[in-house]
Amino acid sequence: MTVPAELDRRFRDAAAAEGLLDVAYELHDSPVGTLFVAVSDRGVCELHYDADPAAEADRLARLFGTRVLRSPRPTDDARRQLDEYFAGTRRKFDLDVDLRPAREFGRSVLEQLARVPYGELTTYGTLANRAGKPRAARAVGTIMNRNPVPIVLPCHRVVGSSGSLVGYAGGLDRKRLLLELEGALQPD
Amino acid sequence: MMDAVRVPPFERFYEETRGPVLAQLRAMLGRNAAEDAFQETFLRALRAYPTLRHGRHLRAWVREIARNVAIDMIRRTRVTSAEVPDLESVDEPLPYEELRRLTADLPQKERAAVFLRYGYDLSYEEIGNALGQSPEAARQAASSGVRRLRRKEHS
Repeated sequence: MTVPAELDRRFRDAAAAEGLLDVAYELHDSPVGTLFVAVSDRGVCELHYDADPAAEADRLARLFGTRVLRSPRPTDDARRQLDEYFAGTRRKFDLDVDLRPAREFGRSVLEQLARVPYGELTTYGTLANRAGKPRAARAVGTIMNRNPVPIVLPCHRVVGSSGSLVGYAGGLDRKRLLLELEGALQPD
Repeated sequence: MMDAVRVPPFERFYEETRGPVLAQLRAMLGRNAAEDAFQETFLRALRAYPTLRHGRHLRAWVREIARNVAIDMIRRTRVTSAEVPDLESVDEPLPYEELRRLTADLPQKERAAVFLRYGYDLSYEEIGNALGQSPEAARQAASSGVRRLRRKEHS
């Protein structure tokens, strides 16, 4: 039997309103494709390009608890701020980020990453230095590649010491597009 | 392989069971009451979900929750009017509204037992569990309820 959309939506809203979810998520259209946006009670815990929602739900259940449900309401604030960012009217995200699964060094690198300003570029080596391990540039690259909350934690602003874009988990085209949006790169 | 009985994300459990649960609740309660019961069923399931230790038998588990929610709703239902029944002549469970009217004037225990026996087709063991009685007490309550309805019919 098909559950009427209104009844389904009421349950998803009520589940979040009663504080019963470990993670609420929603799919969100953006200029860089559909984003999978997931929020825990502590903040945004995952933002993913080209996500397979079932696989992401599995992963989130292992990391944060099994009560993972598609429920748009808790993600509204993050999705609104993403819209504003893509519209060019927001330069800084005012969002909590839940980095519980990250290990110690990874977490301090991501915290340093969060401080890289809009429209500016930094290098893997600089971030390694700021996180207290100057020779860990390669490890920083891996941490960027696995950044759980891209865009909000701006790993697209991290480039090689020669200025080359190097790589991006969402693909270099997206990295270029975000940097052009921020005015850090000139369109070709 | 180890994942075979892992508790799935609630989303997957919900997607797989919401249809059958709504069908079950509509059969038990009718269309309108089923919607309230649907939400309550999955909220109860969500509250209990972290206590699950494996992912086996989740469909049976949620059906049981749905059944308990429906029984709770029936017990809470205030009754407003009555008509005369012929319960034992029907094979199919009676529609909720009809049974509610028929049993309106019965004492509470008999009414609950009649309701669950003839409206829900539960066994006396299940009725006893639901009402906190022995199966025999449930059987007696149901049959004395039916006798009372018959007397009223012929009076």
